[in-house]
Amino acid sequence: MNEHDLRGLIADVKEGGQSRRSFVQKMVALGLSAPIATQMLAWNGVAMAQPVDDYKPTKAGGGGPLKILLWQAPTLLNPHFASGTKDQEASRVFYEPLAGWDAEGNLIPCLAAEVPSKENGGLSADGKSVTWKLKQGVKWHDGKPFTADDVVFNWEYAADPATAAYTTGSYKDIKVEKVDDHSVKVIFAEATPFWADAFVGVAGMIIPKHHFGEFKGAKSREAPANLKPVGTGPYKFVDFKPGDIVTGERNPDYHVKNQPHFDTIEVKGGGDAVSAARAVLQTGEFDYAWNMLVEDEILKRMETGGRGRVLAVPSGNIEFIILNTTDPWTEVDGERSSVKTKHPTLSDPAVRQAINLLIDRDSIQKFIYGRGGTATASFVNEPKMFKSKKLKYEFSVEKANKILDDAGWKKGADGIREKDGKKLKYVFQTSINAPRQKTQAIIKQACQRAGIDLELKSVTASVFFSSDVANPDTYTKLYCDMEMYTTTQPQPDPERFLNQFTSWEIANKENKWLGRNVSRYASKEADDAYKAAQKELDPAKRAALLIKVDEAFCEANVILPLLSRTRVAAAANNLVPKYSGWDSDVWRLASWYRS
Amino acid sequence: MASYLIRRLLIAIPSLLGISLILFTVLALAPGDPFEELATNPNVPPEVRMALRAKFGIDDPVMVRYVRWLTAMVQGDWGFSFASRINVDDLILQRVPTTLFVVGSSQLLALAIALPVGIYAATRPYSVFDQIANTLAFVGFSLPTFFTGLLFILLFSIKLDWLPFVYRSDIAATGWRWYWEMMRQALMPILVLGLFQAASYTRYVRSAVLDVVRLDYVTTARAKGLSETKVTIRHVARNALIPVVTLVALQMPAVFGGAIVTEQIFRVPGIGSLLITAILANDTPVVMAVTFVFACLVVFFNLIADLLYGWLDPRISFR
Amino acid sequence: MAGSTLVSPSAEPTSGSPARSVSVSPARETWRRFRRHRLAMISTIVLGLLVLGVVIGPWLWPVAINDIDFAAQLQTPSWSHPFGTDDLGQDILARMIYGGRISLAVGLAAMVVATFVGVVVGAIAGMSRGYVDSFLMWVTDLFLSLPQLPLLLLVIYLFREQLKAVFGLEGGVFVLIVVVIGGLRWMPVARLVRAQFFSLREKEFVEAARASGATKWRQVVSHILPNAMGPVIVAGTIEVSSAIIAESTLSFLGLGFPPDIPTWGRILFDAKDHLDVAPHWALFPGAAIFLTVLSINFIGDGLRDALDPRRVI
Repeated sequence: MNEHDLRGLIADVKEGGQSRRSFVQKMVALGLSAPIATQMLAWNGVAMAQPVDDYKPTKAGGGGPLKILLWQAPTLLNPHFASGTKDQEASRVFYEPLAGWDAEGNLIPCLAAEVPSKENGGLSADGKSVTWKLKQGVKWHDGKPFTADDVVFNWEYAADPATAAYTTGSYKDIKVEKVDDHSVKVIFAEATPFWADAFVGVAGMIIPKHHFGEFKGAKSREAPANLKPVGTGPYKFVDFKPGDIVTGERNPDYHVKNQPHFDTIEVKGGGDAVSAARAVLQTGEFDYAWNMLVEDEILKRMETGGRGRVLAVPSGNIEFIILNTTDPWTEVDGERSSVKTKHPTLSDPAVRQAINLLIDRDSIQKFIYGRGGTATASFVNEPKMFKSKKLKYEFSVEKANKILDDAGWKKGADGIREKDGKKLKYVFQTSINAPRQKTQAIIKQACQRAGIDLELKSVTASVFFSSDVANPDTYTKLYCDMEMYTTTQPQPDPERFLNQFTSWEIANKENKWLGRNVSRYASKEADDAYKAAQKELDPAKRAALLIKVDEAFCEANVILPLLSRTRVAAAANNLVPKYSGWDSDVWRLASWYRS
Repeated sequence: MASYLIRRLLIAIPSLLGISLILFTVLALAPGDPFEELATNPNVPPEVRMALRAKFGIDDPVMVRYVRWLTAMVQGDWGFSFASRINVDDLILQRVPTTLFVVGSSQLLALAIALPVGIYAATRPYSVFDQIANTLAFVGFSLPTFFTGLLFILLFSIKLDWLPFVYRSDIAATGWRWYWEMMRQALMPILVLGLFQAASYTRYVRSAVLDVVRLDYVTTARAKGLSETKVTIRHVARNALIPVVTLVALQMPAVFGGAIVTEQIFRVPGIGSLLITAILANDTPVVMAVTFVFACLVVFFNLIADLLYGWLDPRISFR
Repeated sequence: MAGSTLVSPSAEPTSGSPARSVSVSPARETWRRFRRHRLAMISTIVLGLLVLGVVIGPWLWPVAINDIDFAAQLQTPSWSHPFGTDDLGQDILARMIYGGRISLAVGLAAMVVATFVGVVVGAIAGMSRGYVDSFLMWVTDLFLSLPQLPLLLLVIYLFREQLKAVFGLEGGVFVLIVVVIGGLRWMPVARLVRAQFFSLREKEFVEAARASGATKWRQVVSHILPNAMGPVIVAGTIEVSSAIIAESTLSFLGLGFPPDIPTWGRILFDAKDHLDVAPHWALFPGAAIFLTVLSINFIGDGLRDALDPRRVI
């Protein structure tokens, strides 16, 4: 479908010739993700739909306790300092954003009265501002009313560099103004195609001004409410033991009628993913467990117990391999893998192409990740609109052998290929994690059959993912020939995610290896396309530009995507959770119920 | 004796200072970064990480940080956790009761098994009882706790459905039901730890008793016509206790320090799980506080053991 | 050593102790006594077979350790896979043979390092009083209180590359692991030996030796140490099993051998999540560790009994 057809379709929906739902379905069928389809409609003046709510209970309360198990324990309950999903999940029990993302990709209002659109005047024509109308009659857990002042305060709080909030990326480049007591205006410096970022989803939870007002900036640590949250959410805070357990009770004044269903909530942390799955699927001690990073075989066996089931939804996260085109074994100006160097063998595109052919993605998916991932050749997979149609993967040892033969890499006496005395021997590094070590083993075996020798190295995750300047084993240092890890795509838009393919983000000594482009590879084509996409308001054109960035790296075989990861959770059979791949697991905790 | 005690206590101060300096240096030099989770998140600009490092003083030289830590510590300020942003002493105090209960009980259980079994086995070396006790002990320490813990879960929680395997610090019940629930959830961790410990204790007790059982004074006691039980308890056990006291003194700090693996398996919110989470998150203030308290306990119980040696064997003199 | 500690003939419940037979050299006498310890002899044979198995095993069972076969996942023992297969369809027997070399070598070497350091430190502290003892106990306390995980990460970070350069990939890791495990586990032995020394050095037979002009060295080596060996041997055997298991823990920190190299501890760890459907996977490494520990212990018992003339077997 080209740009022109798309426009025709949108116009059709607008005029009522076609239902909104059928438009979204058509788009999804065409490989466009729902969140983007709905955003496209929003920008083109079609209001987002109110989703059909299948919430059954007819009164609030009476559901007994709800027990959630996170195998990483929450350590703090201030959403602006939530360093990992564990803290975001726990904060979301008590705090709410203006709107959240559902699994179908709709933006669902929560503390907002409605989702901004062109029709209701929420979105300006130039794409430079968004006006949010707030829901009236919402009360904080201590009885104070929720107003626009709170929303504006959250922007001040998170944007202040002295606060050093982890959500600051969503707030530092915008301005927020109070329009009246129940509406606020978000102003962007430039036309912003993806506007639903601040006050939305995980980075958008609103904290009360009357509890945090004095603790903005450098004093942020001292706020008592960091540990005793007062929010607007469906459950009121009872107790919190950092690193162990969070408990709450039903909020009788919750702003949605008949919700929530459960009387108490308990979020327990600690342990490991496998035993968390056991506690839900096999013994039923808990109702829900998140982030099941467990081999699918094991999960399937546990499901036969009949107490619970496994839920999986797509996310934008990608497991991939970087082939280092710079030389990791030569030090230049105090750094290895410097862009001034060239890798003795991996700089040969034929070798990179051969390695890409030696990755048996289908087996890795089938035997290791199962429902946890889908084999892919594209770095961006979700939203589907941004997935390259051109990129394909293949597993063929014969082809790889042929390519290497043709390129002049001959097998030596030890069975390892070489040319001009340079051998195809590589150090392949990743973090310690059972599925990754198994993937390493599978790739190593295939490479062996093509005359490439891999030395497997695994680094403990706390070192691998650190930004410790002195440590050679961090993933951004890339002091190895090949490296594998997962990178997360936090919102249903890949622009910020794709900045790791730009030349100005290359990690090096100068930026203390904080740059996001770990591969060190640079392509003018990618740089230009990325810059153009940042300004492009037209969704179809913008998507095409971003796809170009993706393809530039994948076609060069510098980035070898393996699997598009899904989010996997385990839930008791009688629990009806609302699950989404674009927001927290508990993003709509209020409407969970037991059937 | 009193002067010996005072001297030892005085030595303890500089030795603890030295230990704290080395601990601090190791932690400071060990690789890792408390803000690693921010690194992979494209929404968090690198400046935030840099600002936090500067704010929490991580970029200062090690010695500056040590002196700062020490001066604060002397004034009773243990610092705050990077991850939770609350005071370290609060964090530790929350964990102490559970740790003392679970690990303490397991140590008692281990001793309750090891002392009688070990002594009885040693008085009848190579008898059927001795052989069985030995074999079980070998099985006991050949299998790591991560394995026995899982075996217990599969058997008691999944197959038989008798016991819960997630330890909860907030049992809703009251009165005797509370005790019942508490026992049910604490049983498996205590058994796993206790049996593992009992296995090695039994071997030590048996060997220690075996060493003294044929010494002159025991034979003399026997020759005097004392009953076998009396001989065993009065004369053998007391002298054989020296290695046992040594071991128990070695293990006592662990009653505070917790048991990392077992706590992880059963999700016991003890000091061990606090320590491992803090280590993995590079939450240095927490790690430093826990290890320093641990070091104090190591030194303290070493002193206690030395005093007990003198009591157990009056010929040991202290100067 | 036989005949040197004849202080308490009355402790000998049976008459005609073999130690008193004349004209036998101490070494032969020890061997004769050791041979009479039936369990020790059986254990020596078992341990010998284990060592032989892992050394010549690869020739008898020439199956690749990393041959992935998804068609043969989690198979129970059969003729083609006597020990069954793991979840990648790799042959467990081949992996056990390969891993056994590492596990046995690591277990025994770390045991020797830990016991040796522990005995030396404990003996010196136990014999000397005052400052030497205080200092050595300070070092012991320090090592006991060091948090192992950060220390290990620091050690890898500082020394891995250097050791790899000197000893090669596997050799470097081996040295590192033995030093690390041995270096972090000698403290209980030192404390035990020291406590035994405190008690033993005041005993009559040591006083007798001292009175008859024995040097300090001779007092320690021929009189005190043999009598302090009981707890050391127990500690040594426990050390073997903990070293084998500790090795597997280390590889999870990236300190151990590369992740594709199987060792007994690692096979056991990998097997744990499949325990309910594939118990055979855990059974073999578990049994191998158990057999090793068992036989080493009985050999230790036999040795002690053989070296100690006061003891009857």
